[in-house]
Amino acid sequence: MTKQIKQLDRVIIRFAGDSGDGMQLTGDRFTSQSAAFGNDLATFPNFPAEIRAPQGTLPGVSSFQVHFADHDILTPGDRPDVLVAMNPAALRANVGDLPRGAQIIVDTHDFTKRNLAKAGYTVSPLEDDSLAEFAVHRVDLTGMTVEAVQEFGLSRKDASRAKNMFALGLLSWMYGRPTETTEAFLSKRFAKVPAIRDANITAFRTGWNFGETTEAFAVQYEIKPAPMAPGTYRNITGNLALAYGLVAGGVTSGLPLFLGTYPITPASDILHELSKHKAFGVTTFQAEDEISGIGAAIGASFVGNLGITSTSGPGIALKSESIGLAVMTELPLVVVNVQRGGPSTGLPTKTEQSDLLQALFGRNGEAPVPVIAPSSPGDCFDAALEAVRIAVTYRTPVMLLSDGYLANGSEPWRIPEVADLPAIDPAFATTPNHEVEGGEPDFWPYLRDAETLARPWAVPGTPGLEHRIGGLEKGDGHGNISYDPANHEFMVSTRAAKIAAIADSLPPLEVDDPTAADGDGAKVLVIGWGSTYGPIGAGVRRVRRVGGKVAQVHLRHINPLPKELGEILSRYDKILVPEMNSGQLRMLLRAEFLVDAIGYNQVNGMPIKAADLAEAIGDLVASTERSHP
Amino acid sequence: MSTPAHTDLPMPQDLPMPQSGTAFVPTNDEAQTAKEYTSDQEVRWCPGCGDYAVLKAVQSFLPTLGLRRENIVFVSGIGCSSRFPYYLDTYGMHSIHGRAPAIATGIATAREDLSVFVVTGDGDALSIGGNHLIHALRRNVNMTILLFNNRIYGLTKGQYSPTSETGKVTKSTPMGSVDHPFNPVSLALGAEATFVARTIDSDRKHLTAVLEAAAAHRGTSLVEIYQNCPIFNDGAFDAIKGPDKADAVIPLIHGEPITYGALLEDGRGSKAVVRDNGGVRIAPTLDVDPGDVLVHDAQDPDPSTAFAISRLTDAGYLNQTPIGIFRQVERATYDDQARAQLATARGGVSDADPQARLAALIGGGDTWTVI
Repeated sequence: MTKQIKQLDRVIIRFAGDSGDGMQLTGDRFTSQSAAFGNDLATFPNFPAEIRAPQGTLPGVSSFQVHFADHDILTPGDRPDVLVAMNPAALRANVGDLPRGAQIIVDTHDFTKRNLAKAGYTVSPLEDDSLAEFAVHRVDLTGMTVEAVQEFGLSRKDASRAKNMFALGLLSWMYGRPTETTEAFLSKRFAKVPAIRDANITAFRTGWNFGETTEAFAVQYEIKPAPMAPGTYRNITGNLALAYGLVAGGVTSGLPLFLGTYPITPASDILHELSKHKAFGVTTFQAEDEISGIGAAIGASFVGNLGITSTSGPGIALKSESIGLAVMTELPLVVVNVQRGGPSTGLPTKTEQSDLLQALFGRNGEAPVPVIAPSSPGDCFDAALEAVRIAVTYRTPVMLLSDGYLANGSEPWRIPEVADLPAIDPAFATTPNHEVEGGEPDFWPYLRDAETLARPWAVPGTPGLEHRIGGLEKGDGHGNISYDPANHEFMVSTRAAKIAAIADSLPPLEVDDPTAADGDGAKVLVIGWGSTYGPIGAGVRRVRRVGGKVAQVHLRHINPLPKELGEILSRYDKILVPEMNSGQLRMLLRAEFLVDAIGYNQVNGMPIKAADLAEAIGDLVASTERSHP
Repeated sequence: MSTPAHTDLPMPQDLPMPQSGTAFVPTNDEAQTAKEYTSDQEVRWCPGCGDYAVLKAVQSFLPTLGLRRENIVFVSGIGCSSRFPYYLDTYGMHSIHGRAPAIATGIATAREDLSVFVVTGDGDALSIGGNHLIHALRRNVNMTILLFNNRIYGLTKGQYSPTSETGKVTKSTPMGSVDHPFNPVSLALGAEATFVARTIDSDRKHLTAVLEAAAAHRGTSLVEIYQNCPIFNDGAFDAIKGPDKADAVIPLIHGEPITYGALLEDGRGSKAVVRDNGGVRIAPTLDVDPGDVLVHDAQDPDPSTAFAISRLTDAGYLNQTPIGIFRQVERATYDDQARAQLATARGGVSDADPQARLAALIGGGDTWTVI
């Protein structure tokens, strides 16, 4: 039959199923195909903390959302246009997010009495009118898959496991995705088990053919490639980009990397990735606990490696005393916090930005630490490189605040030219820097660089520079233990001044305020940090599309704050601070700049929805324009 | 205050290991002196503290290693003994409570050309840092841990420690401690440490001999040093230092039958260690067949007998304890193996240019080009 082809500028698809149904893989493959096709895209995997929650239940539902478009997009989207539900629980858990008119593709095979009961349905939603406002496609995905792969002699269970590839094939046909990358992927992944490999490829092709031949799907959609800046691209998740950024920092600084860490969701993938890169001189140490992980990293930094530790909020709590030691000993150290929902164990697989104040202030004593945050999955690469630069140049622990949304989400990433990456100079001390009375050369470990206030980094093995450091207060210059009141006050303020001086090395903060140049700038500024960049940017665009004037600023550096920030804030009548916490950056801005910043706060473990935020921004813009014409 | 006395212990033997603990540390052919290893910092322990004796012994012992001084690193935690690094003119870090083994693990793994020492106490190593200690021991990271055991908290002014005897009356236990103590040697053997020894602050010769063996051992060496705190736990080790010490100290010498006590005419001690129902016990030497006296085997791959011997230490006030090297066996170290994996990974790389390899890494996977 001839199919109708419909043009769309963007689509949001959510694949949902049981934790064991392979939804993450399905979403990942669809994403890869879309990336290869040239769409802009953003993804949002969402899964339970349990590895295999009871089959068919609501807590066991795992999903993967992908938003792809013919133009530049910033978020994985708020509400899916298409839901693929592999069982009743997946339908029930996700149907509430669908807009009227959305398409639902269900695997009817799993809509048994038992599975319906497990999901809490007394009547099948396929048989009453509860889905009346959606376009529902009832497809026996499992049955057709089992039939299609019969020839490979798999057990019924194994055969049915290829149903996710059938679904992927069907969706690939619906949206005209290229299939080569997935076939190549399956060939490689199951190379050692030919029957499974062939079954998956066959299921994938059968799904595609089913879409093409069945009358149930009358429309094929086309989403043209998005215009992008010239370059070579790949799709990348935040954790992978962050790990690559650290490896790049090792190359550009010439320092061997030492990752001391303890597995924790959602940061473990950084350990997994870095453990593959031993050829770059990367040592990974899986420690007995969080404290040992950072301790070993500090030890490695003391002897001339770049120490790194990666964790999530609960791990930072355990590492706090050690971060203080790195502050006192003034050693380079990168502390990665992939934030998750808290407090305590909280929501391990969900996202949140609630560790900002912990990063800034969560230590005993006055222990200033630079804090930086990436704004998108691909930006994790640049943020990690920046963390390495600051740590090495200023001899300080640096807190790098990613989060679960960035860690597992993905987007197209323009691969940078390695030659363009700036070099980082470890500038090891090799000679004495001081003379004792009588003119004999000596080494003072706390004699600072006049510009950066960094202390010299003299590593063991360097003759004549033997010295001792530690957690007790150090005397200015010589670095011996000092209990002198005036010295302590001086050292506290010097440590603070050193971190503040990092602001001198930052590029000017850019304000996105399109009409400001015409003298008709916005009155409302939206300011954020970290992973809310996408929703804020998307929300701001929506407001502008309907004629609203709004400015946007996004912070990479939260400590120190950019020097021009105070002046920028003073230009606007209203400051709106969207955050996935109860107002932590807002508290900081109010305290630092005495501005009456307004919060837009969401702490539900999920990314902020662009549409909701746009409404809030729009309301604020309208009320501000009214009261300050 | 008790006066330090030499125990004149028989010297433990340093068994040759296939590779020394300092095998990759650059050496210095010039004669070195204790003075070179002494920093300009004033030593601030209490008068009569056992730490002075250990410091002197270490300052004298280090030059004999013949290593380059700048390639020696001392790491400590928190407590009286943890001030140790400040008094040595080597590289050093006085870190935070209990974490020295973790920090030293990073140091030893990152650099094979460093000789790494940890100085810790019974509270630092066995209470707050217990986890790091047992994991360093099981991993067998190449470092020497000096565990100063005075069976009390000194720097916080006199609370009971994890090695204090049950019933001990201290500031925090006015009715007596109800904690059962650790035996550090038993703990280390339970963690399958490859080198475990015990010595005494006041016996410089024995202490130095044990240090030599520990430094030469490739892997984690745990040396428990009984150390008197004259302020908060004075006399804790008097029994093994006093006139009747021959009845209190059970000397361990590899390959020798274990006897102690007043000497018999044949030169053996009047008391002997014999096997007993899976463990060991003390028997009058003359009551047992000479062939039944346990011969100490520090190289036994199975730590069970060494553990049984370690149980001869009194858990209460110390009236009897084995002294010497309990265990000294060969096992691949964590750091050597970790470095070997890096070397293997690098060996497979034909292009040495890290920039080109970085470009290949980040440009890998499914890519597409926009013109």
